[in-house]
Amino acid sequence: MPPASLPAAERRRSDTETWWNRFPWWAVIIGLFIAFMGLKIITDDDYRLAWFRIWPGIWLTLYATIAAFVIASIIGLAAGMGQLAQNVVLRNVSRAYVEIIRGIPMLALIFTVALVVVPELSEWVGLPNRVSPFWRAVLALALIYGAYMAEIFRGGIQSVPRGQLEAGRSLGLSRQQTMNSIVFPQAMRAIIPPIGNDFIAILKDTSLLSVLGTLELTRNARQFTASTFKFREGLFTLSFIYLLLVIALSLLLRRVERVMTPDRKGER
Amino acid sequence: MNMIEVRGLIKTFAPDIQAVRGVDLSIEAGEVVVIIGPSGCGKSTILRCINLLEIPTAGDVWIDGVNLVDQATDLDLVRAEVGMVFQQFNLFPHLTVLENVTLAQRKVRERPAHVADEVGMAQLHRVGIPDKAHAYPRQLSGGQQQRVAIARSLAMDPKVMLFDEPTSALDPEMIKEVLDVMLELAADGMTMVVVTHEMGFARAAANRVAFIDEGKIVEVASPSDFFDNPQHDRTRAFLDQIL
Ligand SMILES: Nc1ncnc2c1ncn2[C@@H]1O[C@H](COP(=O)(O)OP(=O)(O)O)[C@@H](O)[C@H]1O
Ligand SMILES: [Mg+2]
Repeated sequence: MPPASLPAAERRRSDTETWWNRFPWWAVIIGLFIAFMGLKIITDDDYRLAWFRIWPGIWLTLYATIAAFVIASIIGLAAGMGQLAQNVVLRNVSRAYVEIIRGIPMLALIFTVALVVVPELSEWVGLPNRVSPFWRAVLALALIYGAYMAEIFRGGIQSVPRGQLEAGRSLGLSRQQTMNSIVFPQAMRAIIPPIGNDFIAILKDTSLLSVLGTLELTRNARQFTASTFKFREGLFTLSFIYLLLVIALSLLLRRVERVMTPDRKGER
Repeated sequence: MNMIEVRGLIKTFAPDIQAVRGVDLSIEAGEVVVIIGPSGCGKSTILRCINLLEIPTAGDVWIDGVNLVDQATDLDLVRAEVGMVFQQFNLFPHLTVLENVTLAQRKVRERPAHVADEVGMAQLHRVGIPDKAHAYPRQLSGGQQQRVAIARSLAMDPKVMLFDEPTSALDPEMIKEVLDVMLELAADGMTMVVVTHEMGFARAAANRVAFIDEGKIVEVASPSDFFDNPQHDRTRAFLDQIL
C-alpha cells in the first residue's frame, strides 16, 4: 500500500522535456521572416524594385569581404606570431598594433585609415597613382580585423598545451617541425571557429564602407531610399539580403569545422 | 664510457626556486635507474635536463659522450636518441595512433613512409595494441595511450628512455599493463631512467635506486640494499611513508 501522499500519474514530475520545449522555434521565426520577405518581393512592386536596385551590390560586398578577410588573415597571422616571437622588436611592434586598433571604434578607424593612413602611406612608399576608394576601404577593414585576428591566432597557438611542444621536441623534431606538424594543426581547431565568425563580422561591417562611397549593398539601399523615399521597403530588403548571406555562410562554416576535426567524428 | 653522465647539475628557476642543487649521476648502457623522492624535490627537472627540455643553470650532461650543454651540439639529433615518456602521455590528439608513432621517424630519421609504418606497427605489437593503429588517442584508455607513447619513443630506436611518473595519471587497473611493457623493455637491455612511485617495479627492474630530496641525491643503492637497509634517516622516513 503506497503512502497517501504519492502523486497521481498526471502530477508526477517529468524527467523528459516536452518536444515543444526543445523545438528550435527561433529557426521557425527566421524562416517566417524569410518567407514573408520572399513573398513580398515576388508580389509587391515596391519591394521588387528595391530588391533589383539593391542586390547587385552583393558582388562588391562579397569582393570586399573576401579581399579584406584574406589580407586581415595574413596581417593577423603575422601579428599573432609576432606577439609570441623571441625577438623583442617584433613582439612589441605587434603588441602595439593590436592594442591601438582595439582601442579605437571601428567607424573612426575606417575614416582614419581610408582617408589619412593609406593615402599617406602610399605617398610615402611612392605609389604613382592614388589608391582607389574601394581599396582604401578594404585596407581599412583588413587592418582593423588583422588586429582582432592576431588575438585569435595568438590564443589558438597558446591553447595548445606545452606538453605537445615538449613531446615533439623530445622526439627530435626541430622547433619549426614541431610548430608545423603538431602545434599549428591543433591551433587550427581553436582558430577556425572564431576566424569564421570574423569572416561573417567582416561581411556585416562592409556595410560601413558605404560611408566611403563604395557601391555595396548598404550604399545601394541608401541611394534607393533617398531617391524613392521607400524606406521600409529598401531597408527591409537590405536586412533580408544580409541575413540570407550570413545564414548561408554560417552553415558553410559549420561544414568546414567538421572537415577540420576528423578525430572528433561521432562526438558531435 | 657511460651512456648518461650528469655532473654538477644545478637548475634554478628563480633566485628562490632551486629545483636541482648539484646532482652527479653516471649510468651505464643497459642500466635501469629508478629515481624516487617527495613531490617537488626536483625529479622531473633532473629528467628534463637529461634531454635539455630545461637548460641547466650549471653543470654538464653527456649522452653517449656528447655534451648537451655545449652550444655546438645539435640538440635535435641527441633528443632523437633519448626517448621521453610523460606523466600525461602527451600523444598528438590530431593524429592517429600510427601517425603518432611514425611522425618523428619520417621527419627526423627521414624514413620513407612504408618503412616508418613497418617500424611503427612493430612497436605497437611490442606494446600490445596493434589493433588500435588507426584509432585516435582520445578513443583509447589511459593505459593504452601511455603504451602508445612508449611505442612512439621506441620507434626512434633511442639509446636511452626517460620515464617521468608514467603511471601516476592512470587508473589503478591500468598501471600493470604499462609496467609490464617497461619491465620487458628493461629485460631487453634498454638504458632507462624512471621516476616512479611503483616500488614493485623498482625492486623488479632497477639496477640502482636513487632517493632525491631538496634537489640533491641523498642515497643511491641497489634495490635490495635500498629498501631493506637504507642508510639515511630521510630515506627511511620517506620509505616509511610510502610503503
Ligand atoms: N618551469 C618552472 N618554473 C618555476 N619553477 C619550477 C618550474 N618547474 C619546476 N619548478 C619548481 O622546481 C621544483 C622541482 O620541481 P619538479 O622537478 O617538477 O619536482 P618533482 O618532479 O620532483 O615533483 C618545484 O619546487 C617546482 O615548483
Ligand atoms: Mg614531477
